[in-house]
Amino acid sequence: MSTMRSALLVAKREFLAAFDAPAGYLVLAFLPALSAVLFFVTGPFFAFDTAELRGFFLSLPWLFVILTPAITMRLWAEEKRAGTEELLLTWPMRLRSLVLGKFLGAWGILAAALFATLGLPITVAYLGDLDFGPVLGGYFGALLLGGACLALGLFLSACTDNQIVAWLGGAAMLLVFNLLGGAATAEATPPWLGRVLLELDFGKHFEDLSRGVISLADVAFYLVMTAFFLALNGLVLLRRSWS
Amino acid sequence: MMSDSSTEMVVSVQGLSKTYRSGGTEVLALQPLSFEAPAGEILAFLGPNGAGKTTAIRILAGFLAADSGQAKICGFDVAVDPLEVRARLGYLPEHNPLYLDMRVEDFLRFAAKARSLAGTSLEQAIDRVVAQTGLAEVFRRRLSECSKGYRQRAGLAQALLHDPELLILDEPTNGLDPVQVVEMRRLVRELGQEKTVLLTTHILPEVEALADRVVLLRQGQKVVDGPLMDLQAPQAGLCQLAIAAQCSLVDLENAAAAAGATWLAPRAAPFALDGLHAGLVELPSAMAIPDFAQSLQAAGVLPLQLAPQGGPLESWFLQAEGQQ
Repeated sequence: MSTMRSALLVAKREFLAAFDAPAGYLVLAFLPALSAVLFFVTGPFFAFDTAELRGFFLSLPWLFVILTPAITMRLWAEEKRAGTEELLLTWPMRLRSLVLGKFLGAWGILAAALFATLGLPITVAYLGDLDFGPVLGGYFGALLLGGACLALGLFLSACTDNQIVAWLGGAAMLLVFNLLGGAATAEATPPWLGRVLLELDFGKHFEDLSRGVISLADVAFYLVMTAFFLALNGLVLLRRSWS
Repeated sequence: MMSDSSTEMVVSVQGLSKTYRSGGTEVLALQPLSFEAPAGEILAFLGPNGAGKTTAIRILAGFLAADSGQAKICGFDVAVDPLEVRARLGYLPEHNPLYLDMRVEDFLRFAAKARSLAGTSLEQAIDRVVAQTGLAEVFRRRLSECSKGYRQRAGLAQALLHDPELLILDEPTNGLDPVQVVEMRRLVRELGQEKTVLLTTHILPEVEALADRVVLLRQGQKVVDGPLMDLQAPQAGLCQLAIAAQCSLVDLENAAAAAGATWLAPRAAPFALDGLHAGLVELPSAMAIPDFAQSLQAAGVLPLQLAPQGGPLESWFLQAEGQQ
């Protein structure tokens, strides 16, 4: 079977499995519910009196710290705990298909959660004159940012058979990646290190995208980070067969 | 790449070894192991827990990588052509891991698609394995709601979907009740008529009921490899014998030793009789029993019980333990 066909088979299985339990719907409800609260209740939307969604998009890197590891924590850790990885890894599918399939399944779940936030732009468009260009750019950026976050979460899920450890590890690492920009500007940080840390900041690359400005550098950053963590995921699984 | 030399053998293993790292120390799980299995043979990997049976078959199934050596299935090297190998074998892992959230039907469809089955061939394959394993009754039930017996059948069914040349079953009757054990053995015996079956077990009656050939492992090392019929021959292996006579225990022990047996332990008398004492002795083989009985009688000890314990296969098992 081709790599992509196997990957789509695994992705479909993961997507359907996520919504076979209440936890999946909880994940689906989390993003629209919390983002709406942050945007309309605690955010500056009504104070600024402008029809734009930048506040919503800027909250996404922080919401993803909680949400994306919750999506990925089960994907490998549960396979290992239940022993089903022995089944999956001995069926005639390539390792890269399995890793890609898990990622696409998780990405699909995140896309569904982002889809559920469409109530926000619809509401804002009803209240004012919303420019949909930046909104589309923002959602595009959110999918890229989310992809990198999910790949990191998948890698950590592959490292353990405990879902809680996978979630905590993923959330902690995403928090670090979101705080790197702050550390970059600290006085004690050497300038060269500051530049490196700033370039690795997940949130910093999302700032332009959240305004609907799509730059090749930001897109490439998220794609490279996604590919990097998916490769690490594959290596972890490969190494396990040698241990 | 296919190898000409090993195409006749469904399984061909040469010098396979595996070391684990556990608690900072290296544990030799599999010492260089070599064996072959021709088409249509039921080969039993026998050995106590921790003997290396599961490690060996996990390497064959492509779940673990060997440190050294070569394993070929249907002529394909498991390390070089893992996808070709996996397409030709059906594997039921130990403890039968399943996606319990799935319905039996969905699980089989998922497994079939993973094996590149589609359309009519997928439907036919599912119909075939459902009939073979008797899953029709629970076909639409979630695996989490199925009994252990049905789950075991579902595990076997996923391994049979693509009609593999080789079936690897790791402890296939583990945890089943006696009725389910009989049913599973019947299934394996039927499958063994048309496929090569490699099964692991530490249950001797299972080997006697199913296997054509036995590879006995002990601490990762092969200690016996031969047809079951040869291993079951009465002259093969040590023989444990329960004996009882109407004399003191000391006299019984001395007479047994004088008759060429090794005294193992005293036992409870098999029936109520004044002065009856019993013990367990070991003879070099079951063939020595008549001479042993005559020697006891000649020493004035009339044996009222002479009962071989376990079959010859058990003797091999015990002998292997002794060698270690």
